[in-house]
Amino acid sequence: MSTESRVFATMGPVPRRSVLKWGAVAGAGAVAAGAAVKFGLASTAYAGDGALTDSVGTFVWSSCNVNCGSRCPLRLHVVDGTIARVEPDNTGDDKTGTQQIRACVRGRSIRQRVYNADRLKYPMKRVGKRGEAKFERISWDEAFSTIATSLKGIIDKYGNEAVYIHYASGAQGVAARGALPRLMNLMGGRLGYYGTYSTAQISAATPFTYGEYMTNNSFDDAVNSKLVVLWGNNPMETRMSGGGQTLVLANAKKEGGAKIVLVDPRYTDTAVTMVDEWVPLRPGSDAALIAGMAHVMISENLHDQAFLDKYCIGFDEDHMPTGVPANSSYKSYVMGLGPDGIEKTPQWAAKISGIPAAQIISLAREIAQAKPCMITQGWGPQRHSNGDETCRAVFLLACMTGNVGINGGGNGAREGDYAIPAVAMAQGDNPVKTMISCFSWTDAIDHGEKMTALADGVKGADQLRAPIKFLWNCAGNTLLNQHADTNRTSKLLQDDTKCEMIVVIDNHMTPSARYADILLPDVTNVEQADLINQGYAGSLGYIISANQAIKPMFECKTVYQICTGVADKLGIKDKYTEGKTQDDWLRESYALVQPTVPGMPDFDALRTMGVWKTKNPNEHMVALRDFRTDPVANPLKTPSGKIELYSKALYDLEQTWTLPEGEHINPIPVFAETMEGPMDPNRKKYPLQCIGHHYKARTHSSYANSSWLRDAHPQMAWVNVSDAKQRGIKDQDHIRVYNDRGTIEIIAKVTARIMPGVITVPQGAWYAPDKDGVDKGSCTNTLTTWHPTPLAKGNGQHSNLVEIEKA
Amino acid sequence: MAKQLGFHIDQNYCTGCKACQIVCIDKHDLPEGVRWRRVAEYTGGAFTENTDGSYGAEVFTYYTSISCNHCADPICVKVCPTTAMHKGDNGIVSVDPDKCVGCRYCEWACPYGAPQYNSQVGKITKCDFCADYLAEGKDPACVAACPSRVLEYGEIETLRAKYGDTADIEPLPDPSITHPSLVITPHRHAQKTGYGIGELANASEL
Repeated sequence: MSTESRVFATMGPVPRRSVLKWGAVAGAGAVAAGAAVKFGLASTAYAGDGALTDSVGTFVWSSCNVNCGSRCPLRLHVVDGTIARVEPDNTGDDKTGTQQIRACVRGRSIRQRVYNADRLKYPMKRVGKRGEAKFERISWDEAFSTIATSLKGIIDKYGNEAVYIHYASGAQGVAARGALPRLMNLMGGRLGYYGTYSTAQISAATPFTYGEYMTNNSFDDAVNSKLVVLWGNNPMETRMSGGGQTLVLANAKKEGGAKIVLVDPRYTDTAVTMVDEWVPLRPGSDAALIAGMAHVMISENLHDQAFLDKYCIGFDEDHMPTGVPANSSYKSYVMGLGPDGIEKTPQWAAKISGIPAAQIISLAREIAQAKPCMITQGWGPQRHSNGDETCRAVFLLACMTGNVGINGGGNGAREGDYAIPAVAMAQGDNPVKTMISCFSWTDAIDHGEKMTALADGVKGADQLRAPIKFLWNCAGNTLLNQHADTNRTSKLLQDDTKCEMIVVIDNHMTPSARYADILLPDVTNVEQADLINQGYAGSLGYIISANQAIKPMFECKTVYQICTGVADKLGIKDKYTEGKTQDDWLRESYALVQPTVPGMPDFDALRTMGVWKTKNPNEHMVALRDFRTDPVANPLKTPSGKIELYSKALYDLEQTWTLPEGEHINPIPVFAETMEGPMDPNRKKYPLQCIGHHYKARTHSSYANSSWLRDAHPQMAWVNVSDAKQRGIKDQDHIRVYNDRGTIEIIAKVTARIMPGVITVPQGAWYAPDKDGVDKGSCTNTLTTWHPTPLAKGNGQHSNLVEIEKA
Repeated sequence: MAKQLGFHIDQNYCTGCKACQIVCIDKHDLPEGVRWRRVAEYTGGAFTENTDGSYGAEVFTYYTSISCNHCADPICVKVCPTTAMHKGDNGIVSVDPDKCVGCRYCEWACPYGAPQYNSQVGKITKCDFCADYLAEGKDPACVAACPSRVLEYGEIETLRAKYGDTADIEPLPDPSITHPSLVITPHRHAQKTGYGIGELANASEL
């Protein structure tokens, strides 16, 4: 028999279904449908008599609530206490504003999240060295006592600032997210954090330009655009819900037909489906490309000078704040009159970005002349070592072309959405006002007491009083996998004299869970009732009632039950629960929002209908429309009340903050040559720039342990054909990707879909070092650095220089 | 009852997410490696380096979601030595598990890779158009799942009247082999079968 398939025969024989491969599958007979075990658990395949029809069992509304930015309802077909199948939302249609919220490939795999061999089953305590993952089963009572004793001891000795609830986003339910902060706030508080791993730089930088964090026009407004520029924005892979941006942008494209340009080093699935012109640029060179285009616009007088004069400061020398040096406007920078004396010609930008000067010129003309032009940025470009500047450079492009505050235009930020008010559990206030950047916690464990406001971005205090000694990690994998430099983080956490207690609450034995001192099994979202606030969905507002589909498995408890148990040991149970169940809290929280939203059903009605939807009563979202209409009556919250393309506040920070040698806080969005960017001289040693795109198989690291998804979307590093050829690497070869921080092993996808000189390792795969320290799990963060960005003190996790070789 | 059911795929908006593939596995409890619906990536083009170190890029990709096409002239039926593979109600091509001996001729013969061997039961399995869902008035799982609304099903002549009769798109085989009940709205970069300048880019996933 042939061992090669004739599938897609015109391409010639495709190696597939080899006897070897099928032998391997047969050998894994334990995973067979109907067999006794599946994923190490009882099979969830329907095994009843006759066909599984809708009249057998029940349908329960639930949801997928991992942190992708979408949130999808699911209808779980439950038979005899087991989820037999997953069906999609069956309400609504295909139109934006009333759309059916069809879950993506991940949500539809939720059975594999629930019935998974990695499920944590009982409370456990660490018995080996930290990180060895040697645990022993304990009772819930012992777990609660141990946590309460440790918490009290650490607060007594170091104060509440030594307690930290780590950044985590793996469970987006109202109760799932609210329970733990409520407990800690009642206990005197904990060290806070600002920013997010998704948006650290754009969150920190946007207020300097626009006065506060803000989003953009909604994608459905692209029907009014003549041109759409997706600047490192990839909705088809980062907002994959069929009720979210994947649908909203496609509908706008179908209806309005505007040309779409994509600026991205990777030919993404957004490029495949939406894009008319692909502009592949070297990662981190965005601000150089924009300066090159600005040069064209200024030289050819294509920019919107009237808009800049009326609404902005800092573009030219006639509109500068007082007390700053001469020739420091953006225009001076571009035309070579600034301190560096370099004219930012298209030829200059071409050398840095890798985009031909002729294309830069034509793109500049096109963007300047398309009226209106919608420019939106994704969050990848700001997740670089120079991301503080990059995000503001994209804002500047929107301002130079006068597109802010109008239909079909935009402010250069990420796309906005209509949203109904979010339901939130009453958490109380955190009495501790000191905060660190979400990315600085490893520093705070290592040397927190030395961290200051001026050098480390501590907020609310001049200096931290204590290092982090007690860490809660609930529904997150950022304790290791999603933070930078996994090897270094592992080493830090192994030292249990530093952070003395790590409590992990999760569903699965994640790489982070391995570093727990006390490891507690959380129920999955299908084992509890919760409310799920909406995801990004254009002009659709909605809320999901995720009802309890199956009983809690094993000894799992909800986070609220866990916190109640700890509160009991701390003697504050009554204060914590106020005598309420989780459902009571949800009911109460919902009742605060429901009367404010016209048509919103009552709690019990929502429970029955599963998902409630409402369309934006106004037309599309247009950011800064009021400011555009009347900037005097509606000033921005910037010092000048205008858009600050030059920020005096940033200039002042540059003078006062202590920054590492060679690093700057730039008042204008210059192209900053920062570490491991395209111009780093270290490229002689590590010539390839390595980014880490969001992958269809996972939401960050959630769903990474689904065999269906690993089969559908295998973990592969994308390598350009020419880079592969130079190194003798062929498609599907195993390769090593390495730098001074670590080495991963991964399969190579050799493709024209990534720019030469750039590779990408999809983020979120689980760290799995072998005995030699080679990460066989190919976690992209084995290659990334702790080094924070200058302004945001955030994660520049896509600025990495590496080399690759055949494994 | 339909004379012949078929699928329509709008390649332009297929993101290659494989929700169709996964919901098929979920619905039918398929064992690992058995994929009644699959998604092919077809990629072509290249970068060219300029003297100043910049690059020109002429690159394209498109995806095609494919299950069984319930062909008018199903080669799987022709080659089946036991008559297990047959055309039934609504023109759906099905395999009778009582008759299938697992010889895998159909798998070898089908140019779309539709018949899928299940080693645990030693028999061929394949897309049955979610006949049970159709009987309940529901859409096939893949069609109901597609986040981008790329998949549609119906009487093939109706689909052809609406969308034309294109099915000769790379990396699919020449439709004259089996006359598939399949209509493709071609991607803007689609390559005609036999004349493609790209290549199948994810053979290992099919």
